[in-house]
Amino acid sequence: MATTRALDAKPAPKPDQPADAARQVPRRRPRAWRWADIGEFAGSAASALLLTWLIFDRLLPFRIQGVAFVVGWYVLTLPVYWLVVRDGHGPVAAKDRLATVLIASGAALALSPIFLVVGYVTVRGLAVVDFGFLTETMELTGPLSEATDGGLLHSLVGTLEQLGIATLIAVPLGVLTAVYLSEIAGPLARPTRLVADAMTALPSIVAGLFIYSLVVIRTGWGFSGFAGSLALTILMLPTVTIAAEQVLRVVPGSLREAALALGSPYWRSVLLVVLPTARAGLATAVILGMARVVGETAPVLLTVGGTNILNTNPFSDYQDNIPLFVFNQIRSSKQTFVDRAWGGALLLLILVLVLFVLARLAGGAGPGGRSRRRKGTAK
Amino acid sequence: MEAKDSEGQTGLAALGLGEAPEETPEEGPRRIEARLSPSDRLYRVVASGGAGITLLIIVLIGIFLFLEALPAFQTAGFGFFTTQRWDPDAATPEFGVAAMMFGTAVTAVVAMLVTVPLAIATAVFINEYAPRAARAALTSLVDLMAAIPSLIFALWGLFFLVPWLQPIEGWLVEQLGGTLPFMRAIATGSSLFNAGLVVALMCIPITTSIIREVLSQAPRHECEGALALGGTRWGMITTVILPFGRTGIIGGAMLGLGRALGETIAATLILNIRFEIKPQILETGGITVASGIAVEFFDAQKLGLSALMAAGLSLFVVTIVINLLAAVVVERAKAA
Repeated sequence: MATTRALDAKPAPKPDQPADAARQVPRRRPRAWRWADIGEFAGSAASALLLTWLIFDRLLPFRIQGVAFVVGWYVLTLPVYWLVVRDGHGPVAAKDRLATVLIASGAALALSPIFLVVGYVTVRGLAVVDFGFLTETMELTGPLSEATDGGLLHSLVGTLEQLGIATLIAVPLGVLTAVYLSEIAGPLARPTRLVADAMTALPSIVAGLFIYSLVVIRTGWGFSGFAGSLALTILMLPTVTIAAEQVLRVVPGSLREAALALGSPYWRSVLLVVLPTARAGLATAVILGMARVVGETAPVLLTVGGTNILNTNPFSDYQDNIPLFVFNQIRSSKQTFVDRAWGGALLLLILVLVLFVLARLAGGAGPGGRSRRRKGTAK
Repeated sequence: MEAKDSEGQTGLAALGLGEAPEETPEEGPRRIEARLSPSDRLYRVVASGGAGITLLIIVLIGIFLFLEALPAFQTAGFGFFTTQRWDPDAATPEFGVAAMMFGTAVTAVVAMLVTVPLAIATAVFINEYAPRAARAALTSLVDLMAAIPSLIFALWGLFFLVPWLQPIEGWLVEQLGGTLPFMRAIATGSSLFNAGLVVALMCIPITTSIIREVLSQAPRHECEGALALGGTRWGMITTVILPFGRTGIIGGAMLGLGRALGETIAATLILNIRFEIKPQILETGGITVASGIAVEFFDAQKLGLSALMAAGLSLFVVTIVINLLAAVVVERAKAA
């Protein structure tokens, strides 16, 4: 690596190089970082570190924490680096380098939480999760039990059932809407697309409130897993619709025309040509929708009730689900309950990661295997 | 869109050609007529029904919340929007969304102030700075961040981020609280500012992915032109890419804002419930509309429930308006 960098840098005039070295010109890489650039940055950072230490440990009357020290170091590095580059390369290059540092650190700051979150949840959750955690309920677990006693079987069953019912309702409806938007494009298409876009950010608690007033109160059904599934359906529908419509749009028009030219009615061309061509992408749409709602807490808080007992019937009586389990346990003042909440959070995270990876695998196949060829160019 | 429509028409024309052979030959263009078979008519009705249900749901949500909220509106009158206290089930009910709306606005503003610069930086970094090989991985990472449930971010914020920030906030309050009134605080930690920071974690991925998508459509030849004229990479970004993506950035930020307004769990877990408007954003205590609904829901009696519906309706109207605007802006940015 170091040798190639050095070769790249050859055309830059160096006093110790013989003049005929420039005769065969290697490829110039204007964007490559040279050792001198890295040196400039490292030097600036080091001097800023010393400056920070000087200011905060020697000049100012008070001491600051480690975090604030790092922030101070970062803030001081910027002007020092700017001055160094300005001295060597001029103000335009200095602005460019400073922007590079700012943008890279902004991206690092925005993306670092995901590693911290996954790491923290894994560490706290692994302390609790064992086989019993998946096969026991909280029915016999009291405040004096160990953190490893009890489990979330009742919540897991609730989550699977509610998610399953929501998927069964939302997917046909969402795909049908997507077919309307993409294949028929009638007068309702524009308002429907706008509403679907707006619904993606419908406050989840409002969906819960709506189902609570309509199903739980008005019909007198009471809290049930099914009410929770309906609330999740409302949240899942726009995600499935939008993702499915994007997939259907990619299906080549020539396939539709071929089907129609062979004399098939529209519905057969959609059912037997368009949808099967897009099935991989549709699978992704479905999984994305499931991942969107599996961790929703607010709507199920208002609709499924929450319980410590295993209830396998989603159509009557209180049920639980994993986000609700985590939410209820984490608010307890007992440390063992809080520990169990982290176990639930870890399980939830694993569920989401599995769904995410499945969506990626399904999406990778692409409509009709075309994407394997396109992989080089698209995205 | 246009390409799609014209394809549909070629399909129609192909069908019409096959169906109209016995038409009498006349001068001028042949009239092409495509009649739908009964089964196709059924298919159209069913698919339109699907789209209709999607539309209907959002209308139903609005109507239902309004009907349920009516008693509360009648009791409180216009005071519903100016009262801070929340005591709907008392003998003399007194309640309003002013404190909730204020808290929602503060958390949303804090979240946006953090989200927008970070999202733009991340989008530009992925598009322009990251090595080509890392681009797909970074995009996946943003998508993954969007898939992580808000509950998990809220837990992490409560147990990791807030305790980590607390000494810094304490120091800031100590240094600046004397001169700046809004920096004063009796206790820090469960404040609107911290709730806003945690909400920002949930807004960053969605805003980033929309901005990145729009910025990646910036015309490449103009970017290369800027570089060929001797511009630096930063010069190219400020003169070509950011002006091109301005509407997309606004739209992405507004979609993130929609997320921030509706976020329930982070605010419920982090905030110390206080129905009060106070400008000291670092001080413990506050409430947002969504968390207010989640907290008050279980104690609510008849009028209390109606009042919660009214609060939900106001939140619903605000978010739907913002998201509709955002959807229009993003659509226009993508079409441009």
